[in-house]
Amino acid sequence: MNTLARPRRTAGAILLEFLGSMNLAITLLVAVAFSSVIGTILKQNEPYQDYILKFGPFWFEVYKSLGLYDVYSATWFLVIMTFLIVSTSVCVSRNGPRMLRDMRAYREDTAERSLRAFHNTAEWSVAHTPDAVREALMRHLHSYGYRLRVKEHADHTVVGAMKGAANRLGYLGTHIGVVVVCLGALLDGNLPLKFAELTGKVRVETRQLLATEVPAISRLPADNASFRGLVSIPEGATVNYIGLKLRDGFLLQELPFEVQVKDFRIEQYANGQPKSFESDLVIYDKDEPVPQKQTISVNHPWNYKGYVIYMVSFSDGGSKLQLQAWPLAGAAPMQTLQGEVGKSLKLAAADGPRTLELGDFRLYNVKPAPAGADKQFQDIGPSFTFKLRDESGVALEYENYMQPQEHEGREYLVSGVRDNPDAEFTYLRIPADTAGGIGRFMRFRVALLDGQKVQAVVQKIANRQLAASPAQNPRVRQALTALLEKLLARFNTGGFEAVTEYVQQNLPQEQRAEAARFYVELLHQTLRELYDGVSAGEGGSITQADHSRFFDDAVNALGVLRDYGSPWFLQLADFQHIQAASLQVTHAPGKSIVYLGFGLLIMGVFIMFYLPQRRVWAMLRQEGGVTRIVFAGSTNRDSLGFARDFAELRTGLEARLKAL
Amino acid sequence: MPVTRDSMMKGFDKRPFLNTLSGFDWLFAALVLAGAGFVFYRYGAVMDVYETIILSGVAPAVIALGWYWKAVRAMLLAVTLLSLAAVWLYGSSLEPAQTSFLLKFLISSQSAIMWMSALFIMATVTYFGALFLRSDYAGRVASALTWSAAAMGLTGIMVRWRETYLTHADYGHIPISNLYEVFILFSVITALIYLYYEGRYQTRALGGFVLLIISAAVGFVLWYTFDRGASGIAPLVPALKSYWMKIHVPANFIGYGAFSLAAMVGVAYLLRARAERVSPQGLFATRLPTLDVLDDVMYKAITLGFGFFTIATVLGALWAAEAWGGYWSWDPKETWALIVLLNYAAWLHMRFSKGWRGRPMAWWAVAGLFVTLFAFLGVNMFLSGLHSYGSL
Ligand code: HEM
Repeated sequence: MNTLARPRRTAGAILLEFLGSMNLAITLLVAVAFSSVIGTILKQNEPYQDYILKFGPFWFEVYKSLGLYDVYSATWFLVIMTFLIVSTSVCVSRNGPRMLRDMRAYREDTAERSLRAFHNTAEWSVAHTPDAVREALMRHLHSYGYRLRVKEHADHTVVGAMKGAANRLGYLGTHIGVVVVCLGALLDGNLPLKFAELTGKVRVETRQLLATEVPAISRLPADNASFRGLVSIPEGATVNYIGLKLRDGFLLQELPFEVQVKDFRIEQYANGQPKSFESDLVIYDKDEPVPQKQTISVNHPWNYKGYVIYMVSFSDGGSKLQLQAWPLAGAAPMQTLQGEVGKSLKLAAADGPRTLELGDFRLYNVKPAPAGADKQFQDIGPSFTFKLRDESGVALEYENYMQPQEHEGREYLVSGVRDNPDAEFTYLRIPADTAGGIGRFMRFRVALLDGQKVQAVVQKIANRQLAASPAQNPRVRQALTALLEKLLARFNTGGFEAVTEYVQQNLPQEQRAEAARFYVELLHQTLRELYDGVSAGEGGSITQADHSRFFDDAVNALGVLRDYGSPWFLQLADFQHIQAASLQVTHAPGKSIVYLGFGLLIMGVFIMFYLPQRRVWAMLRQEGGVTRIVFAGSTNRDSLGFARDFAELRTGLEARLKAL
Repeated sequence: MPVTRDSMMKGFDKRPFLNTLSGFDWLFAALVLAGAGFVFYRYGAVMDVYETIILSGVAPAVIALGWYWKAVRAMLLAVTLLSLAAVWLYGSSLEPAQTSFLLKFLISSQSAIMWMSALFIMATVTYFGALFLRSDYAGRVASALTWSAAAMGLTGIMVRWRETYLTHADYGHIPISNLYEVFILFSVITALIYLYYEGRYQTRALGGFVLLIISAAVGFVLWYTFDRGASGIAPLVPALKSYWMKIHVPANFIGYGAFSLAAMVGVAYLLRARAERVSPQGLFATRLPTLDVLDDVMYKAITLGFGFFTIATVLGALWAAEAWGGYWSWDPKETWALIVLLNYAAWLHMRFSKGWRGRPMAWWAVAGLFVTLFAFLGVNMFLSGLHSYGSL
């Protein structure tokens, strides 16, 4: 009873057996695959508020405790990974020595019985001496690239032949490679950070703070071995830290040097798509006598003493904008404002104060060129976006272009407005005057509010209307002038819509249609008179048709001002463009280890697949006057391919033996 | 002259590899070297060091491929001639695409790709016809159609490469940068891998199955072209402007192609295994290759896919280290590449070490296609991440 006699295995041996077992390996491979899926389906490391909104407070907590918001650093995930590494290492350490021995073993002691049991066998008896046969055989196998070893036994000779011994190195390369990659990656992962967090040495900062305000417990010293973080640096500015995003907050990583962004540039393709982002960087390092300079771009980072600085993206770095705020209600004068992108201004308006939040500035806006132009695309000039927030916190978002834009052959100052970020902008188009400015439109608008001018025009229109009527009744005249003033006042507060409302409120149903047409006609004449009064003083050589078109556009624009929702038209008068480069800085000492592992892995895999180990044996035995040959072969991969090769070997050998 | 014993024995030796090469092999090698030499001579000044390395690697790789797989030489020469003809007809502007007969109807990239699509679909039908009608002749026609389709597809890719430069000098890039372009790459590579096994195993019975997947890809390309106008040439975003793309993407698609092929062979395996039980005299049980051969092709395809997918993932990591600042970011595309690898690693261990064979492994290979498909398409469609190109 062999089994009983076998010494009892220790717990350690059983554990090792389990860790190195194929079942565990396959289970772990599948387990890692499955858990990796989670992190791709659930967006990782989003702000916690977003998760609460998505899952509700209950499931939010459940998922949080499972670590699903940062799966790849979750304890359970790291445990599985650790098991995979341990299991692979145990596997290598158990199989490795055997495989290394196997590479040098020709198994010349194999018994005839085992040779006969192989799939690929052949037997011959030939009338030659074993020595002659052996010589022919060895020559044959040698020409097929086999390495040979001969062993003389008491009554027979065995030629052991082997090809592709290195296949075993493939196994070692693959599996050691996997372990090495994992270990290197572990070195660069945030395991140490997790540990420091658990022991209370660092705490994630979740508030929005300036870099200088971040408390010591949320700062990591410059000698931290491995990190990967982002920082946004406006042109001209210098920083010595980066931010590491972690779950719902961040940590501040100090750098052992200062980085300055001297200049940031975007190159564009003809269609306005960005072609490359570049930053001119300067590093001020205490250990270097002179500042170090280099230009980086996407795909071309700067490796500075193991700290690698990457160009990631860009944003506005606080461009300075000079704005002209033209009031759209009342007769207040234009104000000039100095603003900065990313900052806000408090402004007073007749209907309560507003906060002006300057959102972004774009130097170029490349759009498809109108049909017929000789180029495909054109730049329509700078634009900026802003929000106007009233006291109750409600905001409208605007997008204004600096230069007049052409639309159906005429030029307009354009401003888009929307009430939520997902909506499309709707555009207000104010006709631009001969100088490309807003002046004439504004003079016209103010004239509508100017009592004296309005009085004069109203009288003029009344005269014109009444000249045609026979009875010069003063009451009729009074009623007419009052109506004209009323219509204008309505128009001033709410455009044509307000005039229509007036008609609906004050006239019986059956008269409305006709009256409305008459009122609009009256209003139109009034507006036109006022406009002519404004434009008369302008001089220049503008045709009457141009004036008519300008007038129509101006009236249309005035008509929708109520929906535009802003007390001002903000015109960009001047700017100083300041961009910020988003840089990523990493320090990854494990990288070269990981790359070494990659190399081992790839070499290993290809050797294992494409360099199969092939063994052939020939056993020669002299029996009477003949030599009996038992020929057999085996392989550890590609048995079909080997069967073909073996057949070729066998046929060749047969022919050779015949010719001997 | 007396025949010495030694020289006679020599006659039985395996001939050294170089001695087995024919005149055509040497001509082929000379042409490849001449082509590479011409490129160096003409464009060497504007190539950076990585492009030089890549080209220096590609030339011997193409020669080795041609020597190892003889049938591919003729196709490569045809593609070269067609592409050069297109380049020559184009000259320095895209105008001739409308005026030159050859460009308009045959070898502008659009036309070549349409030809590829039509030929692949015809080949699919013909392969199945050959299988059901038990016609060897139809089988040979199907092979010829597939070879032509692959040649037209590859020509389409080469010509489009030139067209990117003609569209605008600084738009120029290898056309494997968006979903439309990689689908063509996928169709061509999968077809070539199939053709290799077809020659190697001397069976055309699997053609219909594999071409079914290619036809699906072709259907997608057609829909994408006509419904979405996806065939337009656009410049690259800065992150894709890298020499890494030239090797990362093709390696990936050898992987995708090989895995897809393995899955379709898996389907054939399941059909034959069932047929052997249900109707041993039926079509599938007699016309499809034996289960041993199917198992072998499936295994070979998965090892090929595994090897190249490993390379692709590693190259992806090296590229990520340069473009995004980290060799591994758990970006969905990266993570799914890892999932694909882990899945097939489990498959290989199951087969190799536990000795599993047969239907479970075939089912698993079929399931693997869905994992692969998700990594290839699903990630772009459903998940967001750093791999922003080619969202649907
Ligand atoms: C991430 C982890 C792993 C990867 C990527 C991997 C990869 C591979 C590959 C590609 C093969 C070749 C299979 C074939 O030719 O069909 C292989 C073979 C093998 N693997 Fe793994 N493996 C991993 C983990 C493990 C573990 C944990 C074990 C331990 C149980 C293991 C044991 C083996 C063995 C014994 C072989 C056969 C080698 C031979 O005899 O030639 N592997 N592995």
